[in-house]
Amino acid sequence: MKIKTFSMGGIHPNENKLTHEVPTIVAELPKQAIFPLSQHIGAPAKPVVQKGDKVKVGTMIAEAGGFVSAPIFSSVSGTVFKIDTAIDATGYRKPVIIINVEGDEWEESIDRSNKLEVVETHPDLTPEEIVNRIKNAGVVGMGGACFPTFIKLTPPPTAKAECVIINAVECEPYITADYRLMMERSDEILVGLELLMIGAKVTKGYIGIETNKPAAIELLTEKCAKKFNGTKYQVEVVPLKQRYPQGGEKQLVDAVIQRQVPAPPAIPVNVGAIVQNVGTAFAVYEAVMKNKPLFERYTTVTGKKLANPGNFQVRMGTPMIDLINACGGMPEGDNKLLAGGPMMGKALTSVEVPICKGTNSVTIISDEEARRKEPQPCIRCAKCVGVCPMGLEPYLLAKLSEVKNWERAESEDITSCIECGSCHYTCPAHRPLLDNIRQGKATVMGIIRARAAK
Amino acid sequence: MDYILIAVIVLGAIGLIAAIVLFAASKKFAVYEDPRIAQVGELLPGANCGGCGYPGCSGMADALVKGADAGSLDGLMCPVGGAETMGKVADLLGMAIANTEPMVAVVRCNGTCEHRAKIAEYSGLRTCAAMHACGAGETLCGYGCLGCGDCVAACLFGAISINSETGIPEVDDDKCTSCGACVKACPRGIIELRKKGPKNRRVFVSCVNKDKGPAAMKACAVSCIGCGKCEKECPFGAITVENNVAYIDHQKCRLCRKCVAVCPKKAIVAVNFPAPKPSTTNEEKEATA
Repeated sequence: MKIKTFSMGGIHPNENKLTHEVPTIVAELPKQAIFPLSQHIGAPAKPVVQKGDKVKVGTMIAEAGGFVSAPIFSSVSGTVFKIDTAIDATGYRKPVIIINVEGDEWEESIDRSNKLEVVETHPDLTPEEIVNRIKNAGVVGMGGACFPTFIKLTPPPTAKAECVIINAVECEPYITADYRLMMERSDEILVGLELLMIGAKVTKGYIGIETNKPAAIELLTEKCAKKFNGTKYQVEVVPLKQRYPQGGEKQLVDAVIQRQVPAPPAIPVNVGAIVQNVGTAFAVYEAVMKNKPLFERYTTVTGKKLANPGNFQVRMGTPMIDLINACGGMPEGDNKLLAGGPMMGKALTSVEVPICKGTNSVTIISDEEARRKEPQPCIRCAKCVGVCPMGLEPYLLAKLSEVKNWERAESEDITSCIECGSCHYTCPAHRPLLDNIRQGKATVMGIIRARAAK
Repeated sequence: MDYILIAVIVLGAIGLIAAIVLFAASKKFAVYEDPRIAQVGELLPGANCGGCGYPGCSGMADALVKGADAGSLDGLMCPVGGAETMGKVADLLGMAIANTEPMVAVVRCNGTCEHRAKIAEYSGLRTCAAMHACGAGETLCGYGCLGCGDCVAACLFGAISINSETGIPEVDDDKCTSCGACVKACPRGIIELRKKGPKNRRVFVSCVNKDKGPAAMKACAVSCIGCGKCEKECPFGAITVENNVAYIDHQKCRLCRKCVAVCPKKAIVAVNFPAPKPSTTNEEKEATA
């Protein structure tokens, strides 16, 4: 059988999955936890605590600031030190809540036992109840985009969901957090998938995994068969050929069910698919079954020069430097620090940036590897066109952005760009294609928004 | 022979009919264009910079004539031609024009390499817009100048250039036409059009950092920390502190420079004033005289 993958473009960068077989360890509690109020797409959360307030693990410290927003919960117990600004993953100073950690006292409502809860023993779980609990627990997409999960489960009336696709692709080099989660928490993930299917009122589910994780494919196939055979649910583990950016929503939908999501503003649910990250499925399980809001996640801390790269189960708000120190400290010399992987990660200028809901990895790249090569003139080789997973013409979009021809950029579908960086990666002339396109995309989106507002 | 005669008659008739039709059409569909628009257009500088807010000089000429018909030229100003050009235009249109003061672009950041420590190296596309989208930049200040020269590229008059020593753009007062292109180009909103001032003398807060005091202090040696000393000192109520940063209203400022003296961070800058004279003795005065 031919192994499935998406139909257009894609690259295969070196995997560098250094921490594949490193079991997850529970990270130590930080001394001070920092909670940015913008950890998700949408309106920033509004603080509901004040300086000096005592909080427990799981106490809500900020409520959702609008419909597209999510509440934020404390991951530590202690005293609110101050509500101030600190550098977050955007690179800018943003409003944050800082909590001084004292002990580790949890809210009584959270079920801390390891017992696996299954849906059958909870007959009160209606789809609405599940969506509501997900919303109240502040669960957002854990793959990095951080879109509030409950909104994805309630599609607009014009679209009808037909299946839930679990994104367990992890196509980004270096990162192994999702893989470790699958190996260590597979039962919980499957319950999470079941909850997502109930919430979305569908009976079909897929789990897309790249073939570089055979153990996970085997394990989940076996567990799926055991759990879902003979029930009304049809769940299939889909092995996928390794290709970046397969973890992109649109690419995954294409790879798994061979449907193409139209250009924005269309979203995967317009072709019947709801895509959720495997980490999100786990968070949904904990939120619904254990009453545990989202304040903890799996994160990979990796880099070739790190002494002991590893996978951590970490409380959000922990500064990155704590995890880096747990891996043997920042390597000597100049390094590039990324929140996320090397392809789509965000370069940071501070090691004090806290782990947030979307931080799936902390990647440290050495100076030599990170340094860009001098750009050369475009030789019109069209390699970028060949690798673009969205079927765009990156060299043209980059040029149009450079000369500020926004009308043409818009008509060439610059807003379809998913900023995966494949063009940039493949360019033999080392041209800063994505830098230019990103500028153009932001400007064109602004123009479109201004037009819509009129 | 007949053939020639017929050809001449037929062609002549067609020509006559066409001429009548064209004449009728030109009368029927005539579009009246005010001759003043062309005259005003000739007075304007022809730079088509868009600094006035209209698409090019012809658009501005059109707006000026329409304004004159409506009875007011308020809000119409050619920043390139300045008061001189506007005066000529007003004379032509028989209008009086409010005396608008000459303006100049002012760069409100003094975060030179010396004042602002570099904590990272940016290796992406060297434009301010790209760097701004990436994060705070190479220093800890998320508000200050990025030094990639988007303003330089935007200036059509070569009036702005990056000082290679400080890494901060500098405006040539004589070349600047206050068209505002650099103001729009700067992703951080550092550049502002301010009153040119007598003898180009200006006082302004050379910082736009909205961080609270400690954070602003950490980011830059000459950042405004919003302490409010200048606000209290100003006898004309020209200074306001908002969002942890002071701002001097150039319409109210009388250039007394008391604020410059009290600013603990040297964030307020006075330009083109003569250097403060050291207390000279009478003998020295005589000697220089």
